[in-house]
Order: sequence, then C-alpha cells, then structure tokens
Amino acid sequence: MEKMSRVSTALGGNVLTGRTMHCHLDAPANAISVCRDAAQVVVAGRSIFKIYSIEDEQFVEKLNLRVGRKPSLNLSCADVVWHQMDENLLATAATNGVVVTWNLGRPSRNKQDQLFTEHKRTVNKVCFHPAEAHMLLSGSQDGFMKCFDLRRKDSVSTFSGQSESVRDVQFSIRDYFTFASTFENGNVQLWDIRRPDRCERMFTAHNGPVFCCDWHPEDRGWLATGGRDKMVKVWDVTTPRAREVHCVQTIASVARVKWRPECRHHLATCSMMVDHNIYVWDVRRPFVPAAMFEEHRDVTTGIAWRHPHDPSFLLSGSKDSTLCQHLFRDASQPVERANPEGLCYGLFGDLAFAAKESLVASESGRKPYAGDRRHPIFFKRKLDPAEPFAGLASSALSVFETEAGGSCMSWFVDTARRYALAGRPLAELCDHNAKVARELGRNQVAQTWTMLRIIYCSPGLVPSTNLNHSVGKGSSCGLPLINSFNLKEMAPGLGSETRLDRSKGDTRSDTVLLDSSATLITNEDNEETEGSDVPADYLLGDVEGDDEELYLLDPDHTHPEEPEYVLPQEAFPLRHEIVDTPPGPEHLQDKADSPHVSGSEADAVSLAPVDSSFSLISVSHTLYDNRLPPDFFSALVRDMLRFYAEQGDVQMAVSVLIVLGERVRKDIDEQAQEHWYTSYIDLLQRFRLWNVSNEVVKLSTSRAISCLNQASTSLHVNCSHCKRPMSGRGWVCGRCHRCASMCAVCHHVVKGLFVWCQGCSHGGHLQHIMKWLEGSSHCPAGCGHLCEYS
Amino acid sequence: MHALFADSFAALGRLDNITLVMVFHPQYLESFLKTQHYLLQMDGPLPLHYRHYIGIMAAARHQCSYLVNLHVNDFLHVGGDPKWLNGLENAPQKLQNLGELNKVLAHRPWLITKEHIEGLLKAEEHSWSLAELVHAVVLLTHYHSLASFTFGCGISPEIHCDGGHTFRPPSVSNYCICDITNGNHNVDEMQVNSAGNVSVSDSFFEVEALMEKMKQLQECRDEEEASQEEMASRFEIEKRESMFVFSPDDEEVTPARDVSRHFEDTSYGYKDFSRHGMHVPTFRVQDYCWEDHGYSLVNRLYPDVGQLIDEKFHIAYNLTYNTMAMHKDVDTSMLRRAIWNYIHCMFGIRYDDYDYGEINQLLDRSFKVYIKTIVCTPEKVTKRMYDSFWRQFKHSEKVHVNLLLIEARMQAELLYALRAITRYMT
Repeated sequence: MEKMSRVSTALGGNVLTGRTMHCHLDAPANAISVCRDAAQVVVAGRSIFKIYSIEDEQFVEKLNLRVGRKPSLNLSCADVVWHQMDENLLATAATNGVVVTWNLGRPSRNKQDQLFTEHKRTVNKVCFHPAEAHMLLSGSQDGFMKCFDLRRKDSVSTFSGQSESVRDVQFSIRDYFTFASTFENGNVQLWDIRRPDRCERMFTAHNGPVFCCDWHPEDRGWLATGGRDKMVKVWDVTTPRAREVHCVQTIASVARVKWRPECRHHLATCSMMVDHNIYVWDVRRPFVPAAMFEEHRDVTTGIAWRHPHDPSFLLSGSKDSTLCQHLFRDASQPVERANPEGLCYGLFGDLAFAAKESLVASESGRKPYAGDRRHPIFFKRKLDPAEPFAGLASSALSVFETEAGGSCMSWFVDTARRYALAGRPLAELCDHNAKVARELGRNQVAQTWTMLRIIYCSPGLVPSTNLNHSVGKGSSCGLPLINSFNLKEMAPGLGSETRLDRSKGDTRSDTVLLDSSATLITNEDNEETEGSDVPADYLLGDVEGDDEELYLLDPDHTHPEEPEYVLPQEAFPLRHEIVDTPPGPEHLQDKADSPHVSGSEADAVSLAPVDSSFSLISVSHTLYDNRLPPDFFSALVRDMLRFYAEQGDVQMAVSVLIVLGERVRKDIDEQAQEHWYTSYIDLLQRFRLWNVSNEVVKLSTSRAISCLNQASTSLHVNCSHCKRPMSGRGWVCGRCHRCASMCAVCHHVVKGLFVWCQGCSHGGHLQHIMKWLEGSSHCPAGCGHLCEYS
Repeated sequence: MHALFADSFAALGRLDNITLVMVFHPQYLESFLKTQHYLLQMDGPLPLHYRHYIGIMAAARHQCSYLVNLHVNDFLHVGGDPKWLNGLENAPQKLQNLGELNKVLAHRPWLITKEHIEGLLKAEEHSWSLAELVHAVVLLTHYHSLASFTFGCGISPEIHCDGGHTFRPPSVSNYCICDITNGNHNVDEMQVNSAGNVSVSDSFFEVEALMEKMKQLQECRDEEEASQEEMASRFEIEKRESMFVFSPDDEEVTPARDVSRHFEDTSYGYKDFSRHGMHVPTFRVQDYCWEDHGYSLVNRLYPDVGQLIDEKFHIAYNLTYNTMAMHKDVDTSMLRRAIWNYIHCMFGIRYDDYDYGEINQLLDRSFKVYIKTIVCTPEKVTKRMYDSFWRQFKHSEKVHVNLLLIEARMQAELLYALRAITRYMT
C-alpha cells in the first residue's frame, strides 16, 4: 500500500526532489537501472550488485543482492535492467554468458529467480519488453539474440545476426513487435519479434562497433546509435531506407546514449574511454554540448534518467566506484564559456570578424566614418523560433578590406630574406643584421643589433671608432629613409587586428602603427591621436582632451593639474624602468608628437631620439669596458625581446633569440619562446617565405618547434606514365610498374633534386628542366603541356 | 600475391624472408605490410631513426639477430648515429629510459604499472609525450611478436646478408628452417615427411582424434555444464599447467655477440605468470578489452594505427580455410579460439565466458610446448619442436598457427601496456 502511494505521487504530481549528490560504491559499476517509481536505483558491476534508494539528501543502500560466500561469475554483471512494469523484477547479464532474473518479492535472502545459460559468450545487454511482463531479450558476444519468456525455463526464440557480436538490443517503445540490435561490425538490425528467421532490415550505421542504441520515447521510428567512431547518429527508420537525421561528433567513443525525457532533441551520452564526462546534446546543435556533468573521475559506465517524464534528474554510475545524481540546473553549460567570436584573414589581407550582434551593435552606433576605407558589412541570421539559444543565434559579420597595394609588409619580407641568423661569428651577424635593418630604414632595430654586439662581443674586437661610425651613419641616414618608407600603408592589416582582439573602444583611431622601429601614429585627419598601446585606452578611456592623451604616453612630463594619474606607468613597464635604447626613440618621438603635428613633421624630429640613444650606448659601453659581465645585461635583453614581441615584431624577437642562442635562452621561459617561434613561422609562411621559415625551424632549439619539420612530410605525386596518383609506396608506380622518377630531358633516373610539373606530372633534374624551359615553353617530355617554372 | 610482393618491394626496397613466408596467407600479409609500413615510414610522433632503433631494441630482447641486422641497416640508412649501435648506454637518455619498459613488456607484461608509464612521461627533458609513448609501445610489441614469428618459422637471413649463404645454423639456437624461404619448398616438404615417416600412422590418428574431440565438444557443450567453481579452477589449472610445459632441454643459450650489446640485463627473462612469489591479479578481458578500450586509446593518441592493428587482429583471428591437414570443410573456430585463449592464459588474461577445459582437450602436449616456447622464449625454439607438433599438418597451416600466436601475443602485451597508460591518465 505504501509502495503504491509513492508511485502515484511520483507519476501524478511529478514531485521529484533532490540535489546533485553522489555516494561511494565498493566497486566499479558496469551498469545502472532505475525502478519505475524513480525512487530506487540498482547498480551492477563485476563485484557489486546493490539496490539504493534515492532520498532527498543522499543515497541509502537498501539491498545487497550478492549473497553467498563464493563469488560466482553469474554475479559478474555486464548489464542490469529493471522492469518498467513490475518493480520486483530485475534481469542481469553476466560476463560468462548467463542471463539471470531476480525477484525482489522472494522472502529468502537470495532473490535469484531464474538462470538461463544458453549463450556461449558474454552477454552484453538485456532488455525487458516495455509493455509485456514476461518478455526478456538478450544480446551476446556470440552473435545471437535470445528472447525469453519468464514463465518458461528456456528461450522462446533465437535470432542470429549472421555477423559479429551483438553489443546492444532495445525494444521499440512505440512498435510492439520491433526491436533493434547493434553489432560490433557497425551494423544495426531491426527485427520483428515474431520472425526469428531473418531481420526486417539492416543498415550500416557506424565505422567500427556500434556500442549502444536508444529509441526515441516519443518520435516513432527515431533511433539514436553511438559507436566507437566517436559519433552519435539519429536515424529515421520509418522511411524505406534508414535515413540519418542528425549526427553529433563527440571526442571519444560513445558507450551509452539515452534520450532526455520531455525534450525532443536532447540526448545524454557518456564515453567508453579517456573522457569521463556526461554530455547532454541538442542534436540540432552538434558541436557544442548543451550541458555537461563533470563529477566523475573515471569513465562513466551507466546513465539513466531518473523518471521517464522528468528531464532534470540524471543518474550515473562509473568505474570510479561512485553513483551520482546530477541535476540539470547544476550542469555546466559549455556554450556559456564558448567564445562566440571569429576572426579570419582573407587572401588579400581582408579581415572578417564575426561576433555577437549585441556587441557589434553598440559599437557600430558610434562609428562616424561611413566612407572610410574599411567597410563593415553586416549580415544578420534569421532567428529560428525553435532555437533555444536565442541569445547566441544572432551574430554579426563584419568584413574589413585593405587598401590596394600589396607591398605594405615589404620591410618584413626583405628583413626575413636578408637577415643572417647563423653560420658566422656573433659580431658579424649583428653587424650584418644591423646593416640590413638600417638599409630598410628601421633605425631602432639597427641600433638594437649594434648594441647587442657591444654587449656580447668582446670589447677588444670592436674599436670604438667603428662603433661611433656605424651609429653615426645610422642616425644620419635615418631621416631620408623613414620618409621614403610609407608607414600608413602597413597599418590597416595589423592595426585592425589588434584593435579587434583587444578592445572595442579603440575604433576611433584610424591608423595604428605597430612597427617597432618607430611607434608613431599618424591620423589622416590629425584629429585624434592615440598610442598603439591599447591598454592605455582601457585605463583612461574617459580622458577628454588631446593633452591628456599625450600625457599618457609621457609619464615623465608631470602634469600639474592631474597628479592623481599614477596608473599610466603600469601600462608601460618596459619603457621607463630600464636604460635600454629601444624605448628611447619612440618615447621622445611621442613627446615631440604634438596633437596637431602631421605625419611628416613627426618624421622630421626623428633625429632627436637617435642622438639620445647614442649617448645611452656610450654609457653602457663604458660600463662594460670596466668590469660588467655580459650576464649583467641579460635582464635588459630579455625585456627588450619581450618588448618587441609585444609590439608585434616577433621577427626581431625570434631573430635575436636565434642569433644570441644560449646566451639568452635560459632567461626566457620556454612557452614564450615557443609562442614567438610559432607566430613568426606562421607569418613567414603567410608570406610564402618557405625557405626562411624552414631555416628558423631548423635553428630553433625548442623541441615542439623543431619537430614541425618532421610532420606531414609526404608529397603526393602522379605517375608520369599513366598520370594516376602514385600509391604512396615510393618511386615505382603501382599501376604501370615503371619507375616514375625519370628525367624527361636526359631519361635517367633522378637521384637528388627533382622538379615536377604539377600540370602534366613530367619532370626531371632541376638543372635540366631549368635549362630546357629557358629555351622552350613546352614540356620536355613532348606531351604538349605548357609547363611553367617559377 | 604478385602485387603484394611488388608493393612490399616498392616500400622497403627489398623482399624479406618474412614476407616470403607470410605470403602463404596473402590476406593477412597485406594487412601486416600496411601496418608495418605505417609504423615505420608514415607520419608519426617519433623520428624515423628512433623507430628503427626501438625495433632493434625489441628484437634484441629475444636475441633475434635476423631482425636486428635488418633494422641496423635501416637505422643507418635513415641517418641514425652508428654510435648508438654500440649499446643502449650510447643512445640518448630518452631511449635508455625505454629499456625498462621493453624488458618488462617482452617477458612479464603483467608487471607493467602506471608507475612505469609515469616514469617515462615525467623525466624532465628526457620525457616522452603520450603520443610518442604509444607509438613506441606499438613498435615494441610489434617487434617482440615478430621475433616470435622469425624463430617460430625459422626465418633465415637474407641471402646477401651475413650468414645468409652459409649452411650454418642461421640464428642463435640450432634449428633448421623450413627452407621455403630459399625456394626449395618441395625438397623440404619431403624432408619433413620423411622425418615424420616413422610414426606416420600415429600422426594420422592425431588429426582424426583432434577432429573427433572438436566434434564431441561441439555436441556435448550444451549438455554438460560445469559449475562455477570448476570453471574458475580450470583457468587456474591451465595457467599452472602452462608453466610446467616447457622444452625439455633447458640449457642456457649464450646470446650471439653482436646482439647482446643491446641487453642491459640478460638475466631478466620470462617468468611464469603464477610461479613467482607476488600475486598478480588476473586480467579480465571483460574489463579491458582491445575492441572497446585499447582501440579507442591508441586511435586517440596515434591516429589510424588503432584501425590498422584492429584489422590485423581481426584478420588473424578469423582467418580460416576450413581445412585441417587433409580434411576439408572443418569449422576450426573452436581450435583457433583455444589457441588464442591459451596464449592469453599464459599471460594471465582471462575470458569469463570461456571454458578452459577445452584447451586441455584440443591442444596436446607437444603443441603446448611449441606455443609456450615461441611466445615466451622464442630464442629456444628448435627444429625438433617445429616438427613434432601436428605432424600431418601442412606448412601453411603451421605458419597460420604462428600468425595466431604472434597476434595473440601482441594483443596481450598491448592490453597490459595500454591499461597502464589508461590508469596513468585517469
């Protein structure tokens, strides 16, 4: 009587209560199943078989079904299921192939009811018929499924899958006679319980074993399957050919899948290996789980929704020997943590940026420049009324275009090509690089190189006159070169990127220059000038006038009216605490850069910083001459490298790192180094400087970087005779059995450098082909193809 | 078959004797070559010379000079440092660290713990990454079992290699070879037959008796149902018995000079699973099996390899021509399963759903001796052992048995290693 009343409250009033909780089991669980009254749960495993009642605050052990002293393999459960009609009836599948039923109504301590020992191998799954009281189905490793009538001693019918092991069997909830079975070879079969001779339908659902399946509780004919190939697929089997309706890609093989009650598109999954979390997916949103439960410390082996009409309680058992109740409202929602912004470069330096609409809208309200050279274009996605994630569904896409003129980064390309990084004494390398930088008009960089030489090379080798000469020369030629160098051109590409990355309030400044040779801001209107250091903008975003902005960049100059501004110094830790030249020039430049000074005027004063830095050099030089070891400067050099990297000039950072090698490496943490290397290599590859990037990879000492050279080294080529792809097994074509690497000019096998035409697959010795194509534009093999050599 | 040879030749630039023997079973060979090619030549976390060096380390554990020589050449060819070949202590610390795992894996894989794994992964600058480790483990197990195959089938060195053109015993222990590798297949068949002629009637009955037993087992399986305790004890019995099954001539073979340099510890050999003092819990396949767990882990850390190995296991396990000696249309699945499970039993791996009594019925003593020797101490196999089991069976069938042996061994080693890695990760 008591039992009855509890059931009615649970079903009628839907008054399930509880909290997220867990209890410790004595042994790892293999499967769990819930009683239909939603108040008890059975946990089964190799050495555990217990019933727990679910109280509001905790799990309480009610019954241990493992009785008797001797452990029997019959009790080593692979699966357990609780009858949904009769709460006294349970069935377990044992790893030794036995199917056992249990009757909780038995008066004795041993509740074991019947034993079916018909399967020859492990039974993977048992399943009660949802409506029939006495019908039990089992699926086993031996490839058979058996249907038992609990009133009889043996099976009623046997279904042979005619293929490999059965991993799961499930009665359809809607169709009385139908059940689905999944197999180790990737197939799913649908059977009619009345026809054991052959299956109604079979289709291949996954690549590799299908570990689980679940019928949709409401949608007739929807079947979810999960496999070792890390996919969850939803099939519509009402159509003549089973149709894949949805597909969710998870990160590990899927061990269990269960539809969420009352939520048509939700299902819960857990994985077999590696990943311990339980995910609830919205099948229409297959990339981000709707919810995630992270309580378990080892793989989850069983999941069950507590009540067939309550979507908020999920129970789970795990290999870490715990039983958990998860509340949906306590789940973590990965969507909230996702970054709904995307940024991508186009082929010609265009930049596309997608973000939440709310974010972009507030910003676009302030944009005063309609006819500017950047053209934000907005797309708006239409809202799907069924979409539960309305807040995120709308996004805006902005596309920024660059002005024509591809040479804006030519300094980068030139520098990359001409720098010498290894193979000569340090002094020579530094001199060479300084020369390169100077010729490209990057005086600050040039001076940095010169200083590095002074610091690290023995002073006897560097006559001071020579030094003075080189620096003096640098300063004298600085002005004309800077002028010839178009600073504005390179701004949009880099500048807009930083702005989008860092802040939203920064859009006013039209051109932000990130070149470290002279951090100089020119604005076409000359109205608002800002530092490129965006954090400054954050700190003092409310400052109204130009003077204050200037003040920001010039903390040395104390402003009498606003003495409370001490914050700005934090934004420029590198600039003022050290006596290092790199910050010198720009510091002074900024000072000289009055709000209304035009770009060229700013250039004109660039002589000043050079002078000042020169004096600094002499100071450090004398210091060194006296007694300071090179180690003394390592902190300075480290800060200098960081400064360059933060300025966006990873080229400088990486080059110095390589040239100085062991001298500074230990001072800079591995991760930062790796980060610089990867960014520099990425940049080089964008500019197609493959050789340089390869050299950098080779010279790098970081393991993660140097192994880049070893990845994806395969080259796909066609056979030059039959024009079919080579099978990847070396130099003999698999189809025409001829050697594919013949030189088309001299007809010898090529060993060493080989050049191939991608159009006609003919090729040969590099020198031969080069020579041939100087005289003729046709392929030397006579195929008529117009080969190009570049 | 021709195409297979061509592929193999194109990939390796040679056609080794292993390939020539395995081609008895072209379906398997194809999968084998594909896997080996992928492991040694395709994209992977380890540099090429490391891969060959690990192969050398693994083969040297079993004193398999054939494989060692083969890979010494490859190792030098891909630019490996010849100094390393003077011994493990000349190799980088990282590879030296792997020595311990190699040793345990080859001889007593059940002793692998997550501490071993942790030791490799957390060794400061000499540490392995998980992906590298999985690659190394797959290579080690591959070469351990390939060494078994080399000895089991008596692969002789290539004709152009040292010892290839002499009639001296080809490898360390003195046994002859089935010579198929050198082309005089028929001669050899006759030799074997004449050797077995003495008891030709005996061996004829051998096959008959085996078939009879299989039939019996098939029929009475449903009737006679052993009790739980009996089933459990049968596993224990089989396990215990397997340790008494050993080749009668247990004399110590001194390892060949050129190979021994890779040993640090020759004394460390196979010890029976249950003999030595400490108790190691039985490994239950139902709790950690290749299909569900091992595959997922390998494929996650070393993509595509899981798939290739899985295919290889599958082919080896299911390979059958439905023949037994002179009989046709025989269902050999029972026999194959018995062999497979017997090997796993020797490694302490238990299938809950298998009646280990079947093994006793199906595998006779001389066969067990052969299996045990090949799997545990392949360097001690003799020609006599090869001849004395299953006398009426064809060479191709004996090679088939060898394939089963090496794949079962590889899986057993992999299972232990991967379980340790999984435990480390959780």
